[in-house]
Amino acid sequence: MAGIGQGPGPDAVFAAKLAEGVFEIQKCGGCGTHVFHPRVICPACGSADLGWFAPTGRGTVYARTVVRRKLERGGDYNVVLVDLEEGVRMMSRIDGIAHDQIVAGLKVTASIGEGAEGDPAVVFRPEGEAN
Amino acid sequence: MSLRGKAAIVGAALAGCGEAHGKSSMEITIEGVHGALADAGIALGEVDAVATCQPLDMLSGLTLAQELGLNPRFTMNNRMGGSSFLSHTLWAAMLLELRLADTVLICYGSNQRTASGKLMTALGLPTYEAPYRPLFPLSSYALATDRHMTQFGTTREQLADVAVAARAWAQKNPDAFMRDPLTREDVIASRPVSDPLRVRDCCLVTDGGGAIVMRRAETAKDHPRPPVYLLGGGEGTTHRDISEMADLTVTGAAQSGRTAMDMAGVKPADIDVVQLYDAFTINVILFLEDLGFCKKGEGGAFVANGGIAPGGHLPVNTNGGGLSCVHPGMYGIFTLVEAVRQLRGDAGDRQIGSAELALAHGNGGVLSSQVTNILGTEATL
Repeated sequence: MAGIGQGPGPDAVFAAKLAEGVFEIQKCGGCGTHVFHPRVICPACGSADLGWFAPTGRGTVYARTVVRRKLERGGDYNVVLVDLEEGVRMMSRIDGIAHDQIVAGLKVTASIGEGAEGDPAVVFRPEGEAN
Repeated sequence: MSLRGKAAIVGAALAGCGEAHGKSSMEITIEGVHGALADAGIALGEVDAVATCQPLDMLSGLTLAQELGLNPRFTMNNRMGGSSFLSHTLWAAMLLELRLADTVLICYGSNQRTASGKLMTALGLPTYEAPYRPLFPLSSYALATDRHMTQFGTTREQLADVAVAARAWAQKNPDAFMRDPLTREDVIASRPVSDPLRVRDCCLVTDGGGAIVMRRAETAKDHPRPPVYLLGGGEGTTHRDISEMADLTVTGAAQSGRTAMDMAGVKPADIDVVQLYDAFTINVILFLEDLGFCKKGEGGAFVANGGIAPGGHLPVNTNGGGLSCVHPGMYGIFTLVEAVRQLRGDAGDRQIGSAELALAHGNGGVLSSQVTNILGTEATL
């Protein structure tokens, strides 16, 4: 259990886990609420008793946009909001599918890929697709 | 104790709208202040409280006081983005009512167009969004647009009609930046930026500034122009980052509007003219719904086919808005100045007949902060 004043803060803990290939979110020991992004105290009840656990990785696209960019600068890319089964939402990207096939309601599965700077980031693929 | 009708705007002015070559943001701001004080017939030395919020100057309230040569009793620099100025009016009313200040100045200015040609901001991307490279702030509004279209069937045509209405108003406003004809087809064919938003769904990048001066109602008639009374105000803050917005189809305007209208004792049907912060076309649809001008999900139909254009069922953004008149990074002050002009009967070809009640609404961040003001003429007290 992470606690106030003990060790690194939740952002650093999350980043360290991700760097080791582990995607975890928080759960409140006080009220049971699932929490993402990582926080110091539970936004539902204020408790500092926030522990880490691995979500199922299954989620549903809530909204999507495609950023239009010239081909010579890397071309278009998608940005989505995904609702995880655990009830939390996160911004991400869907790989392995044409941008115009991404719609709200699409079932997706999380994996750890690369973010803008090549750093590890949680990304998604359509459910059932091999990573 | 209610703040209803306790304070009034007694001076208002714009400055440097469009392109203000060779001027700094604070210089544009001060030009607006000079105009607003002249409009109010108030000497600079009478100002004893100031408020501003400028994107690149963390201490802009202090800079403002310094450049005006003032030693104010209160310096307000609360930073919520483009909605800040509609919050400043509430703080001004509180200071005035408590007699902690007698003359409050609220102002803004930016040279972003001539200085950089794009939005100038000190904000970086949020930690948990940066890896996915959303355009700031555009992609956040694009996501809200996509969700509204998915959930309510709002169409590309309806979004376009918001921009078309803004342009039609701008054509009646000689001070508007873009006044050439704009059709629904033009908007839909314009360059895609972050789907489903296209460049004509997005506010302008201009220079510009504005200022207002507020005093207690009891002395508000001692000035050259008719006072515009603050009848109600309210705020709503729901998140900072779009990934933390609980429902992308419901903004804090539901809270801010209800609070403001309750204080003013009015309902949406009473409002004669509406000024909404239209950073993107979706904003207008969301705010009309959340403020109660139509039901949730019906905003698209409400704005379609000239519904908010000249001759429509509700006059919205009569200056041409951020989409066609002026948008120097933060637009909030311009909703107030246009509301004042309408309520004074100063709006020229775009004047709404006998406008007595106006709603001005500011948006900050990425639909994050919402602030509503209800303003009225003496007849509404």
